[in-house]
Amino acid sequence: MTGLLLDIASVVAIAGGAFFFLAGTVGLLRFPDTLSRLHALTKADTLGLGLIVLGLLPTVDSAVTGAKLVAIWLLVQLAGASVAQLIARAARQDAPQDVRQDGPPS
Amino acid sequence: MTAGLSAGIAVDIGLAALVAAMALWTITVRDAYAAVIGFIGYGLLLALVWVRLDAVDVALTEAAIGGGVTGVLLLRAVGALHRGAAPLEDGPPPGPATRRIAALACAAVAAGLALVVLGVSGPAPTLAPLAAEHLPATGLENPVTGVLLAFRALDTLLEKVVLLLALIGIWSLAPDGVWGGRPTLGRPGQASDTLRFLAQLLPPVGIVAGIHVLWVGADAPGGAFQGGAVLAAMWILAMMAGLAPVPAIGRPWLRAALVVGPLAFLAVGVAGIFIADGFLAYPPAFAKPLILAIEAAITLSIAVTLAMMVAGPPQRPDAP
Repeated sequence: MTGLLLDIASVVAIAGGAFFFLAGTVGLLRFPDTLSRLHALTKADTLGLGLIVLGLLPTVDSAVTGAKLVAIWLLVQLAGASVAQLIARAARQDAPQDVRQDGPPS
Repeated sequence: MTAGLSAGIAVDIGLAALVAAMALWTITVRDAYAAVIGFIGYGLLLALVWVRLDAVDVALTEAAIGGGVTGVLLLRAVGALHRGAAPLEDGPPPGPATRRIAALACAAVAAGLALVVLGVSGPAPTLAPLAAEHLPATGLENPVTGVLLAFRALDTLLEKVVLLLALIGIWSLAPDGVWGGRPTLGRPGQASDTLRFLAQLLPPVGIVAGIHVLWVGADAPGGAFQGGAVLAAMWILAMMAGLAPVPAIGRPWLRAALVVGPLAFLAVGVAGIFIADGFLAYPPAFAKPLILAIEAAITLSIAVTLAMMVAGPPQRPDAP
């Protein structure tokens, strides 16, 4: 019974994670400017990968493997968030003056 | 079982289509920057293909070298082109006859390859059972490492030398005035707080991960190339953030680190003539420690070589 419940939880979490990846990809393709595209991408990656890792945790065979999964999630969060900042900074420096002062054009 | 199998096949077909589309896009897109980004995505997709083929060692290498280091190298090359010291002198564009001949030649090569691949009958000849049978003699458990460092050690040795030659090629682009000087990475003194934060937080983890990848290479997917690429990435990050100085290429310690791997490999190989069966042969009792020692030295050399490749030719004299 617990096994079945854990399986269901896994499937729900992984499907949720896949949904956020999909949403992030749609945002990346559809949003009009660099900053909002980055916003879509980092949110989706962080939350989507988090949910997928959460969904995989009940299926691992040892605590070490689980710890590795969580470590990967934390590292991706760190790298993703920092790199998004760096790309955003570069985009603002390259952008025309009005974008730099007022944020993305509406 | 059948459902799982067909789902796997669907994933494979999708992956293959994506790889082909990405390759096509990379060579047809006109903007060099976009082509490089496409190439990085292509490398990551290829890594997934290797995972699907159960070749995790190759997948790790492809992701680290094909997607990672080569991507950074190409991005820096595009950046240098855009800063555009001197525009490249293009000759007149090739005429229609030249294009047709080139297209015909490419099509002929593709058709020949297709014939060869499709014409193979029965299972392809393989040395895998032989390699697996003799693996215990090396004391290793990862057959890929066994092949790379014992059965086909000469190939691996020459690979390391080729890497060094590539670096010498990059260095040879240095103007005479700054020979022996320092390459520039990033904008010195202008690294953002975010980059510095990342470069302070990530390397302690990355260095442990790189050494771990090297260490498990004896028994599981991993090894010198993958570990070396991770270590190189950490050093590049620290140099780009201005936390570590970019070394002058004339420094003796740098030169020593570059050649210690191939030299150790060569030394053990020559010693094999006297203490084992021949060049690059290991005495059975010491096979595993010797292989691990060679891998450690090679990892250091690979890390330093890759980082210096990304740093590029020296651009300013070695000021004290």
